[in-house]
Amino acid sequence: MKYGVFTEEHEAVRKTIRRFVETELVPHVEEWEKQGYFADWVIPRMGELGFLSLRYPEKYGGAGGDYFMGIVLAEELARCGAGGLPMAVAVQTDMATPPIMQFGTEEQIKKYLIPALKGEKVACLGITEPNAGSDVASIQTRAVRDGDHWVINGRKTFITNGVRADFITLVAKTNPDLGYNGVSLFLVDKDTPGFSVTRKLEKVGMRCSDTAELLFEDCRVPAENLLGVENRGFHQIMWELQGERLIGAAGAVAGAQYTFEKCLEYARQRTQFGKPLIRHQVIAHKLAEMATEIEAARQLVYSTARKFAAGEYPVKEISMCKLVGGQVSFRVADAALQIYGGYGYMMEYGVQRSWRDSRLNRIGGGTDEIMKEVIAKSLGL
Amino acid sequence: MNIVVCLKQTFDTEAKITLDAGGKIERKGVSLIMNPYDEFAVEEALRLKEKDGGEVTVISVGESSAQDALRQALAMGADKAILVDPGEAELDEYATATILAKAISGLEYDIILGGFRAIDDGSAQVAGRVAEILNVPVVNVVTKLEVEGGKAVATREIEGGSELVEVALPAVFTAQKGLNEPRYPSMKGIMKAKKKPMQKMTLGDLGLEGQVAAKVKALSYSLPEPRKAGKIIPGEAAEAARELAKLLREEAKVI
Repeated sequence: MKYGVFTEEHEAVRKTIRRFVETELVPHVEEWEKQGYFADWVIPRMGELGFLSLRYPEKYGGAGGDYFMGIVLAEELARCGAGGLPMAVAVQTDMATPPIMQFGTEEQIKKYLIPALKGEKVACLGITEPNAGSDVASIQTRAVRDGDHWVINGRKTFITNGVRADFITLVAKTNPDLGYNGVSLFLVDKDTPGFSVTRKLEKVGMRCSDTAELLFEDCRVPAENLLGVENRGFHQIMWELQGERLIGAAGAVAGAQYTFEKCLEYARQRTQFGKPLIRHQVIAHKLAEMATEIEAARQLVYSTARKFAAGEYPVKEISMCKLVGGQVSFRVADAALQIYGGYGYMMEYGVQRSWRDSRLNRIGGGTDEIMKEVIAKSLGL
Repeated sequence: MNIVVCLKQTFDTEAKITLDAGGKIERKGVSLIMNPYDEFAVEEALRLKEKDGGEVTVISVGESSAQDALRQALAMGADKAILVDPGEAELDEYATATILAKAISGLEYDIILGGFRAIDDGSAQVAGRVAEILNVPVVNVVTKLEVEGGKAVATREIEGGSELVEVALPAVFTAQKGLNEPRYPSMKGIMKAKKKPMQKMTLGDLGLEGQVAAKVKALSYSLPEPRKAGKIIPGEAAEAARELAKLLREEAKVI
């Protein structure tokens, strides 16, 4: 077993996903990056192939795999060469839907989770607002009970999948006087009157993923669309964030691995001063350092994932994974770009995309600074 | 309908082939796949089963790593697998076919499928030899196969076109590219592949211990010459062109 976690089944799944990525995704990536939107068929196709439900039980149409099946998916998607696509899929599989599985009613599971796992419905997660992100207790989007409905008003921004999503797992204030004890989750269909996508945002990287600004104006949501327990939303979303950060870290490390492999190949072939770059000690040492950093980050992700998979709630380690994963991925991309030199700065080489994409790993899902804050608190500081 | 598919595990198409110190093909560190032509055969078997029912058995002669290729077929939807370990026996196409035929003769079969060749040695002999030993017809390089009422109509590639043939079952068919688009193993299939029967046999189990030996032996292997560096002819275009033409004629001897 590789790393003591990957079984024959994991490797067989890995092989299949790799083949899918190479034959069905890679040929389109350049075009999707240019368009700033990957084709709508991707998520349904992945659903059809069972990739979105790998770690879900069979009764929900899944393959019944373990948590590491999700890691395999994240790792292999990273090899498509554009970070936006794995990010969108991670939102679908590891961010917007796990709360439905965890806190949802059978009805909600049937209406939202199962179609999402099949790729028939695209999901997005609405936490961040213009004035609050990681500070979830300060969000301003408001849900007010009115008979058998909730009336929602507010704005959300930086919402991955927000343009294409069929529904949103939304965080809103249900009791403004109670701080983080007054937050709840809702499932909102995109065709609900009062809900609109106001803008598709332009980003530095992760270009093929759509990012939206959303507006809720007297948006009336049926009472049964409250997800979980009223006013317990903060705890529920804190739980969600752990899975989000861990899978984000796994994806970041896998992206770094891919960038490293490409860079190594380049350094073997590129000759300067009469010998291949890898024969220059300064480059060889740089590559050694990159490989070491990646391996260290990966080992931390795997050992933390093992705890998470066993039902533990290792907030400190997950924050460390997210911090180191994001930082290593950007450092590796930056070092790779440097090794490519002038070519690295040209759009025709993929390394510039790794560099732009990986920058988000230090921001999205909680910034480096937020991670340090969480870690510091867990140290009693 | 009982369908048997013979398959082989080969090097990945992107594998870099090297020779070991003894001049044999280095197998260490190479990723292995199911021979792509055999994948067409597996897919065709599954389609026939889905249409008319029946059972698909996949069989391979090889060491234990070949289980991965068989498991892939099981994950795609095959029902059971047989792996014959040849032990110390030296294999050539004759020996492999002898083993396969012996194993298949103990099964019930209407159709035997295989890739028309393996991408590694490319000899395209084994399926035909199996048919000969089992005394059944063989149709090669099939690009379309229809089965009904104890017979099959197959389209096969011939020089400059295609041929439509009819054959009574049981028969052997070898798959050519274009026969179908193989499916991915299903995720649930992968999770369940280990629960499907995988019968492991030795030559002794088949009564072939000491009975098979290669008739053809490889004497040596050699890699293609590495590509030589190109030559750049400097100077003014007209002058350089003259020099180029001279070199092409006198040195490269291509014009």
